[in-house]
Amino acid sequence: MVRFFGIIVGLGFVSALIFSIIGSLPFEAAEHSAVEEFHQEPRSLALASDGAFGKFDRQQLQRGLQVYSEVCSACHSLRLVSFRDIAALGYNEGQVKAFAAAQEVPSIDPDTGEPATRPGLPKDYFPSPYPNDVAARAANNNALPPDLSLITKAREGGAPYIYSLLTGYRKVPANLPEENRPGTGLHYNPYFANLNLAMAPPLTSEGQVTYGPGNPKPTVDQMAKDVSAFLVWTAEPKLENRLAVGWGALGFLLIFTVLTYLSYRQIWAGKKEH
Amino acid sequence: MSFPWAEEYKPKSGFTQWIDERLPLPRLVYGAIGAGYPVPRNLNYFWNFGVLAGVALTIQIVTGIVLAMHYAANAGIAFDSVEHIMRDVNSGWMLRYMHMNGASFFFIVVYIHMFRGLYYGSYKAPREMVWLLGVVIFLLMMATAFMGYVLPWGQMSFWGAQVITGFFSAIPIVGEPIRQLLLGGFAPDNAALNRFFSLHYLLPFVIAGVIILHIWALHIPGSNNPTGVEVKSESDTVPFHPYYTAKDGFGLGVFLIAFVIMAFFLPNFMGHPDNYIPANPLSTPAHIVPEWYFLPFYAILKAFTGNFLWIDAKLWGVIAMFGSILILFFLPWLDNSPVRSAKYRPTYRMFFWVLIVDVLILGWLGQAHPSNWTILASQICTAYYFAHFLIIVPILSRIETTLPMPNSITEAVLSGEADEAHPVGVSATNPAHPEPAKA
Repeated sequence: MVRFFGIIVGLGFVSALIFSIIGSLPFEAAEHSAVEEFHQEPRSLALASDGAFGKFDRQQLQRGLQVYSEVCSACHSLRLVSFRDIAALGYNEGQVKAFAAAQEVPSIDPDTGEPATRPGLPKDYFPSPYPNDVAARAANNNALPPDLSLITKAREGGAPYIYSLLTGYRKVPANLPEENRPGTGLHYNPYFANLNLAMAPPLTSEGQVTYGPGNPKPTVDQMAKDVSAFLVWTAEPKLENRLAVGWGALGFLLIFTVLTYLSYRQIWAGKKEH
Repeated sequence: MSFPWAEEYKPKSGFTQWIDERLPLPRLVYGAIGAGYPVPRNLNYFWNFGVLAGVALTIQIVTGIVLAMHYAANAGIAFDSVEHIMRDVNSGWMLRYMHMNGASFFFIVVYIHMFRGLYYGSYKAPREMVWLLGVVIFLLMMATAFMGYVLPWGQMSFWGAQVITGFFSAIPIVGEPIRQLLLGGFAPDNAALNRFFSLHYLLPFVIAGVIILHIWALHIPGSNNPTGVEVKSESDTVPFHPYYTAKDGFGLGVFLIAFVIMAFFLPNFMGHPDNYIPANPLSTPAHIVPEWYFLPFYAILKAFTGNFLWIDAKLWGVIAMFGSILILFFLPWLDNSPVRSAKYRPTYRMFFWVLIVDVLILGWLGQAHPSNWTILASQICTAYYFAHFLIIVPILSRIETTLPMPNSITEAVLSGEADEAHPVGVSATNPAHPEPAKA
């Protein structure tokens, strides 16, 4: 009985599907999409933090912080990172305090209760450049600059995508169809999903940020690499701990597995002698 | 528990005797997973996955309880509280990545466990109840995993909740009220997040309870084995401990190595980048996809595009998606072939492997960008999925010519037929069991 009903139900599902297939025939030719044709995959970017043995290049992260602070932070917040966190980039306590104190963070005037600002403390988080999203949109042609704390984990392609985007602004190709051309306030960038990015090219000229002595020349490419490396750190500050614990656990488990395998063989071999 | 030659528990000291007379818990454990439980001697590595599923659940419960100490189930701060765990809680990143990847590994292990059951006919009499309880566990797991994925309150969390609760609104008349009841509102919000958190904490313990029933039901007839031939004598079995505790220990090591590689070196490989964007009801992600372990069912859902028999396409999809799991409840009666193991069912074996490929393709189609061809492919694969369980298996169980089976597990082991050839010679040196003639 179950089998009889089973076959009936089975034929029901199969008929519904055949009906679906017939209903969708004939196939309309797939629309040719200009976006697909012009869109490009991210360029490759090798960072010290890549791979199973990755370590942050602290010198590079410091440069990246500098690029963020002097360029990106004009529009983008970094709300999940606090000033005390940058000690992990190799700054000492005094430097962290000085860095924090140089930033104005939102506060309340202790005398009047009115909104005010005060110099930052290490416990404070990186302040947002705008008081709220509405203000951010108003200042950016109705586009909302995303928070950058997690950006390398929140975008397909990760850090190489960010690096490609920052260095990917191009002249609009002559053969780009009209509907895909950038409108007012948009900028052609083949690495962006729909080719038209609201963000104006942020890194435009060599020396836009002045690196300290002993650092590479601040070319656009170098600055883009440095800030991408920095954003890997902001998204995954515990990366080095994670890899270290991972190797420890793996080493332990390899020994554990070899021992359990040997005892397994021994226990089952003992059975032969019965 | 199940066979007359099962070793009886004998307390070794006055203390354990004192315990045994008052609460025979050690006796229960001894009979369930100790030397007092005789198990077929020819189990292969696929029989490790039951224990591994238990380990995976334990990992989830332990990491989950600690995560719950730091997580805040409030739509305003849930996302940030997860990032607080990742950044500020001692080893919080480890707990969170283990929990996140642990869910995937739980499903990997359970899927292998289920396909093992399908291949070796473990769902057949007298083990129907084991299978039915297993399907219940699977449904509970799916509910738990779905609600857990909502908790970080990222974009995929929010829109996944929106899409999945939206299935219920396809049901005529009562659908929309059911959806609102589940969500506690018209769209996923704080009420939904809170109840999902509450249920996400509750259901794993329900799963643990059903697992106890699952194991209890298993221990009545005892484990199936690769030949599908019932245990006939003591020489067919070995005590669970130390033989299978040792083998499971080794399997556990291999499982944990794979788990550590994913959780510590590729923690976000099985996740979706959009879930690192805080939930935003005003911005729909370009491409909403569920977690990988739901993808075959998602493909089935989307395969129905035509209104048929007064039922519209959306409702067909929802019925088919739930139906694809519910038909598993009827499998023990859909397949009444007297032969259990696919080893001796050459035609069934062929269809079994087609089903494996079919489900893998459905999984791929579940995440593919929809085009005419992916929809056509998911329609064909979905049709095969239902035809396999509802048409092919019932007919096959009547007409298939099966291969001759060994008379006993011992015979299969000694003739080298069993997947697991050792311990060799349990009876080779025992004149009571001479080398059997080939069947």
